[in-house]
Amino acid sequence: MSWNSALPLLVLASSLFPGGVIFFLSEERVVTRTVLNLAGATLKLLLVGVMIWGVFHGEPYESRLPLLPGLDLVLRADALSLLFVTLSAVLWLATTVYAIGYLEGSPNRSRFFGFFSLCVTATIGVALSGNLLTFLLFYELLTLTTYPLIVHRETEVARRAGRIYLTYTLAGGALLMVGTLWLYTLSGTLAFTAQGFLSTLASSEQSTLIMIFVLLMMGLGVKAALIPLHGWLPQAMVAPAPVSALLHAVAVVKAGAFGIIRVVYDVYGIQFAATLGVTLPLAVVAAVTIIYGSLRALFQDDLKRRLAFSTVSQVAYIILGVAIVGPIAAIGGLVHLVHQGVMKITLFFCAGNIAETLGIHKISDMNGVGQRLPWTMAAFTIAALGMIGLPPLAGFISKWYLGLGALEAGQGWVVIVLACSSLLNAAYFLPILYAAWFKPPPERWPAERSFGRQETAWPLLAPPLVTALLTVVIGLLASAPFSPLQWVHFITTSEYLP
Amino acid sequence: MSVLIFSIHWQVMVVLLPLAGAIACFLWPRRGVMLALVCALGTTLSVAGLSWLVVVEGAQRYTVGGWGAPLGIDLYVDGLSLLMLIVTSVVGVAISVYANGYFERSRARAFWPLWLFLWGALNALFLSADIFNLYITLELLGLAAVTLVALAKGAQPLSSAMRYLLVTLLGSLLFLLGVALLYHSSGSVDIAILAERLSASPVVWIALGLMVVGLLLKTALFPLHFWLPQAHASAPAPVSALLSALVVKASFYILIRLWLEIFPPNNFVLGQLLGLLGAAALLWGNLQALRQTRLKMLIAYSTVAQLGYLFLAFPLANIIGWTGALYMLLSHAIAKAAMFMAAGNILRFGGHDSIADLDRIVQRLPLTVTTFALAGVSIMGLPPSGGFVAKWLLLEAAIRSAQWWWGVVLVLGGLLSAVWIFKVVGYAFTPSPVPHEVRAVPASMEWSALALALTAIALGLFSSWPLALMMVGLPFGEGGGS
Amino acid sequence: MTFFLFFALVGIGLFTLGLYAVIVHPHLLRKILAVNVMGSGVFLLLVALAKRSDSVDPVPHAMVITGIVVAISATALAVILMLRVKGETGRVKLPETPQE
Repeated sequence: MSWNSALPLLVLASSLFPGGVIFFLSEERVVTRTVLNLAGATLKLLLVGVMIWGVFHGEPYESRLPLLPGLDLVLRADALSLLFVTLSAVLWLATTVYAIGYLEGSPNRSRFFGFFSLCVTATIGVALSGNLLTFLLFYELLTLTTYPLIVHRETEVARRAGRIYLTYTLAGGALLMVGTLWLYTLSGTLAFTAQGFLSTLASSEQSTLIMIFVLLMMGLGVKAALIPLHGWLPQAMVAPAPVSALLHAVAVVKAGAFGIIRVVYDVYGIQFAATLGVTLPLAVVAAVTIIYGSLRALFQDDLKRRLAFSTVSQVAYIILGVAIVGPIAAIGGLVHLVHQGVMKITLFFCAGNIAETLGIHKISDMNGVGQRLPWTMAAFTIAALGMIGLPPLAGFISKWYLGLGALEAGQGWVVIVLACSSLLNAAYFLPILYAAWFKPPPERWPAERSFGRQETAWPLLAPPLVTALLTVVIGLLASAPFSPLQWVHFITTSEYLP
Repeated sequence: MSVLIFSIHWQVMVVLLPLAGAIACFLWPRRGVMLALVCALGTTLSVAGLSWLVVVEGAQRYTVGGWGAPLGIDLYVDGLSLLMLIVTSVVGVAISVYANGYFERSRARAFWPLWLFLWGALNALFLSADIFNLYITLELLGLAAVTLVALAKGAQPLSSAMRYLLVTLLGSLLFLLGVALLYHSSGSVDIAILAERLSASPVVWIALGLMVVGLLLKTALFPLHFWLPQAHASAPAPVSALLSALVVKASFYILIRLWLEIFPPNNFVLGQLLGLLGAAALLWGNLQALRQTRLKMLIAYSTVAQLGYLFLAFPLANIIGWTGALYMLLSHAIAKAAMFMAAGNILRFGGHDSIADLDRIVQRLPLTVTTFALAGVSIMGLPPSGGFVAKWLLLEAAIRSAQWWWGVVLVLGGLLSAVWIFKVVGYAFTPSPVPHEVRAVPASMEWSALALALTAIALGLFSSWPLALMMVGLPFGEGGGS
Repeated sequence: MTFFLFFALVGIGLFTLGLYAVIVHPHLLRKILAVNVMGSGVFLLLVALAKRSDSVDPVPHAMVITGIVVAISATALAVILMLRVKGETGRVKLPETPQE
């Protein structure tokens, strides 16, 4: 096995192996567990770095294992998969640090970190999948490995959320499987190919292909939380904060969005999908989801719930960008995959800090939090402003490209959707910022924990600060080489070549 | 080395070793465990030797004692029978290790001879080349299985064993009547000769109908499943495991063998009917499983459901469908054995298997709950697992033969089983006080079950080898997909 | 009606009779006897088959002998089980509902 075919496997193994070992560690072996976790995360980051360099210079990385007759399990690194892999690897490191601080002293940590590592492995697998079958395999694996994380608190509410989550995702997975298989019987291949592999099929199959497209979108839309399939997401925020952060920013939601990108670009091919006439309905669903998610977010008083509905809305940007047929909008959508991840994880980290340090869960109790937790709230503010789309933060870049792309593709209505959504974003984020910074703090906090001179424990504080900084940097340095935006340019050139 | 492998008559060893072991265990009960484990190992090695032979040289026919048909006994092995032998060995070794920890001395004395006897009967059944021999082995298998069920103490297991015995005798006699009628129309009981001579006449159809009903009764296909849940649930755990994993599969094996070899080709209606019953079993079994309050009853009803999958291959009737059904048989055997063994651990640890009170138990048995969950993944048909490969193949067969409604049933069945699997697994995530009274579970019982569950998962990642094996000797006929 | 057909029909008649009895009668001993009657019916049919032509076919005879051995062991097991069911429950019947 050569280095090029081993590397994708190594990237998987760097989280699979620590996960497997952690299950067998006893609760008390905190140091071993921490070292394993951090070593795995760092190693993964290094390997991904090597892979980015290689892919940029045209190195092929591919591992194969025969899985079914005629179908292999294929792990392949291309530009698109690396976008997602890098996001996962970076945010995994941040979330691991955060989770170590967040769960200090709580029970069942070996189980938590074991499944946490498996969950990341599944996400990386989703990202590296070289064909739809491999994608399906890791997609289902992701369902299975996130369930224990969602019910980790072991409360009745958590288990209810877990059940709802499973109901949605298992049903979605089944639809995805049927769609995948049906596609396979028509085309005889499932390998992701730039500009798709279906356009060569006979035109008599077109109506079948449309049906398959609907099946696939329903299967993927569950995880991507497109309405009306988003019901599980607000429930799932009962999970511990690091899990919510991971779920909303990287793992589950993004796996769905990433799948939609893959299907539209590398299975159907964007031009062929547009000929079939399936992109416009997809864009409409995405637009409705954007507005609906924002509207619902407006009326939530629970901070994590508001963030959850905001996720519903923001992830649909990615899909909107894909469904507007045009290279510039595609750039906006794809780059939002990264931007939304970085911003949303910051927000969830901060929400976790506020809950852990002060015992505050509701927005109406957040008056003056900024004076007690200035650094946390600063990070929160940056991310929230980014979400609204304030230049020069990351969110602005995404929205700018989306709007520009929509105009270029002659779909002016999208700009109105974007404008409305930005207004709504402002309407549900700015009151939080105002209350936190400018309203007087209460006499005493509901459940305050003291951390000496620091506002909170450093493992809880460092990750949101780093990710907030990233929000600024990837916005400011959007035109620097290897920035997400430049990398997305690199991807779209291969998807939009004639 | 290779001379050695090819000079031993592995077919005979595979049958004789367990039978000899059974007698030895009966005669020297004090050495029972050791004899049985040696014998299990020997049988497995013989199966491995036979596999080698078949893979290298193709399907084999062996004439016992050199007498040959019609009065002698022929043994025939192709990919299909070999697969069954291998499943039996894999499950058999795990069950032997498990039972070693499970049974106390007094019951072990009865268990080992009976279990080895059953193993011998199974192996003989899979190797039989004529339908009368199939009847004999089927009967031997039934008698051994019934006696094993009766090993459990109390009125309820005895009643289920009695009912099971009557059902199995009834099934065998229906089969035997069919054998007699087939002999009447063709003058032979050899499957290969029957395949040449039989033509679709009313007598042949009546004979085949009787045989099918008898076999369905023994395979417990809905609505003839009434005896199964009680019998499988009230038996001792290792026995439940081997009943669900192997014994019901034996009669299915005969059915599939007869269907492929001697059934007249124009059997469309019968195929659809079997598929319909399979679909009903799949839905009904899973719904009943949801209603159960005891874990072992739940698993037993799930067996009723999973058997339904196997019958979906009949209406599809193409190679992909057959391989899918057989892959389902393979992975279900392994996963279900693991699941029953896990239930046995739970029962032993907490003294009960009431589902509502599982939370106190599963928290303390992480390995066992892992076993249950992994086996559950395969039974739900989620990737990567043997169950997924099987479902994929069946679904592919359904789409390729343009009978999408069977696909709907397949998907629904998987989702329904997910409901009860997560109902059980969910108890691992409940905070609960320490149980008051526990009995330690030997490591061998936990690890043997886990090993089987891991095998069921591995079947999803390494499917090419078993799939290639099935094709040796072309049991499903020639030709490609549809 | 030929010699063969007569015995064959009697055999099938016995089988049907036994089948009816095993389903209808709740008493276990009757069920066991009924199963035996069914078996005898098949054996009779097989023996009749041996005499279809002028020369006697030995194969069905071999089958019947084997079948009788199996039937005896099955009956022995059944009777023992029945006695143990009686010992445990005090009744020689199966409980009505197979459900819990």
